[in-house]
Amino acid sequence: MTTENLGFETINLGHGSGGELTRNLLDKIIFKTFSNPFLDKKDDGAIVEFSNKIAISTDSFVITPIFFRGGNIGSLAVHGTVNDVAMCGAMPKYLSLAFIIEEGLKVVDFIEVVNSIKTAADESGVLIVTGDTKVVERGKGDQIFINTTGFGEVHPKAAISVLNIIAGDKIIVNANIAQHGMAIMSDREGLEFESNIESDSTNLNFIVRDLLEAFGNKIKMLRDPTRGGLGTVLHEIANDINKGVDIKESAIPLEKQVAAACEMLGLDPMYVANEGVFIAVVDKSIEADVLAMMQQHPKGKNAKCIGEFTDEHPNKVVMESVIGGKRIVSPLVGEQLPRIC
Amino acid sequence: MKYLNEYRNLEATKKILDEIHKITTKPWHIMEICGGQTHSLVKNGILELLPEKVSMIHGPGCPVCVTPLNLIDKAIELLEQGVIVCSFGDMIRVPGSKKSLLEAKAIGGDLRILYSPLEAVTIAKENPTKEVVFFAVGFETTAPANALSVLHAEKLGLKNYSILASHVLVPPAMEAILADELCRIDAFLGAGHVCAIMGIQQYYPLVKKYKTPIVVTGFEPLDLVQGIYMAVKQLEEGRFELENQYSRIVKPFGNTAAIAVINKVFEVGTREWRGIGEIPNSGYVIKQAYRSYDAEAKFNISYIKVLENAKCIAGQILRGIKKPNQCDQFGKACKPSNPLGAPMVSSEGACAAYYHFSTL
Repeated sequence: MTTENLGFETINLGHGSGGELTRNLLDKIIFKTFSNPFLDKKDDGAIVEFSNKIAISTDSFVITPIFFRGGNIGSLAVHGTVNDVAMCGAMPKYLSLAFIIEEGLKVVDFIEVVNSIKTAADESGVLIVTGDTKVVERGKGDQIFINTTGFGEVHPKAAISVLNIIAGDKIIVNANIAQHGMAIMSDREGLEFESNIESDSTNLNFIVRDLLEAFGNKIKMLRDPTRGGLGTVLHEIANDINKGVDIKESAIPLEKQVAAACEMLGLDPMYVANEGVFIAVVDKSIEADVLAMMQQHPKGKNAKCIGEFTDEHPNKVVMESVIGGKRIVSPLVGEQLPRIC
Repeated sequence: MKYLNEYRNLEATKKILDEIHKITTKPWHIMEICGGQTHSLVKNGILELLPEKVSMIHGPGCPVCVTPLNLIDKAIELLEQGVIVCSFGDMIRVPGSKKSLLEAKAIGGDLRILYSPLEAVTIAKENPTKEVVFFAVGFETTAPANALSVLHAEKLGLKNYSILASHVLVPPAMEAILADELCRIDAFLGAGHVCAIMGIQQYYPLVKKYKTPIVVTGFEPLDLVQGIYMAVKQLEEGRFELENQYSRIVKPFGNTAAIAVINKVFEVGTREWRGIGEIPNSGYVIKQAYRSYDAEAKFNISYIKVLENAKCIAGQILRGIKKPNQCDQFGKACKPSNPLGAPMVSSEGACAAYYHFSTL
């Protein structure tokens, strides 16, 4: 998809009017890019079929900057929702896609976002079946906001519930943490530091499917620690089930450059956002098998067991530091702030 | 990460901890001055690995915590006057008397979070019709960069840049603590980064006058246990000397170029410390020659004497009289999401360190 022959270079209020300009935008960009039997009907909504229980998840994406190393708001909007559906133990099949565009957005940027959505959706095996486009006045948005809702069939072997977790269950992380948040930080105005850190934004539905196929109900819980990071998610789970968590700092997968950037900016990687990371809480009997399988998968090469659940210290996540001391991991309060010195 | 991983080594740290256990025979109170050291001690779980007889007291070295309440109010007033206020991230959640900078931003203030004051000068250059103020807080560590921003603005001929300065100095604060009759400090861990700028010469008179060991110490786990070991060893042997554990960074005369920049823009004067009060000759004020870069002189900002929350014992925490978990409000009425005082929000505040990390 390119801007040639579109007849407009920026998106204006008219493109959200519902009239001819809207039709022009939809036909030439949206319908053309995402064409599939459900969308091509151009009905007010899509009618789809499922044979099992369905999982539904929705998410809005307001990230700035909209383009960053390793992705853009479009690919993120697909991965984010696909992963949330996958964390329910389901295989995402359909997505809705809604844009809120600030007038003045360059069409070339919009097309780049749309193309990324298409690629990410194809790679994740999902179809865009319905959607919406609104345009707001300049200053009432921030270039582009995207909402996606995902629908997926729950895997027949899945029994994902925090209530299944017992003391001794192992906590496995698939990939290096803190990549996404630090990639965004390095691109943000005012925080000038140069790095090659790329966002880890990616789909996790296939690795989750493979795990469920192989281990069924011994996979007790799946969660992707996006905003708030690994620390906040572990704390939430511990609190939800009134159990404790023991983790080891030395076991947490963290890439050197990301660790250095966190050090420099005074941020704790435990609270930095991820977009391609999930934790699996698994029965202790399958720890080694899960690790072996994940490490063979492209989305789990750096998989590590970082700790386990315990009946000791309920509601608390206790981390053993690299020098053998202990500290609690509390939930993130507000945004992490860069420190003074 | 070189020079970091070596100082986070389990075996090396354990070896020194064992030594501390071996040589400790009497109870000792050691104050780490810097909030960065407090956080490292708590975050790495070092406090629990020390002998029971060695008690770490957390010092006032949290720049955000000691920045006076009325100065935060002044920064907020500037925001409300339409000035672009630039600040280090640490500062923005600290409660002023009515609201924090973050809350002032939410209702329309143009607040920018920066890592370097030089970026604020760039913002001033790019916004010639707006006034730009950098909220220049901190100890000796941030003073050179803040001074440099003024010199940089002068060089560029910018008339729309100024700093709201609240710089405080470590040695006068240590002296105020030592002179306090409630003082129970046997030795200090000196703040490594402050000494990297200023050198260590200023500390000899304190060691001599108060017969108190000072060990200039770094921030990594191995640094801290080494510093504690050196302090305990002096105490057990009845010595009081100035020692430098952090010699890989700290040179005896400091960073002379940075000191020259500080001395060009600032001079020593009386400063108010939040929670402690006024301490003579305890901070930097902007020299007469650079008054046009002093936001307090440049803008008409009101000074209203405001009172701290009566339930907050930040002053006692900052002087090491009480520990965060000895405060009745700790973790109850006072949390990072609803702080009564600055030590609960700052990344170097002792209360925040205990709240976020401590298993005690």
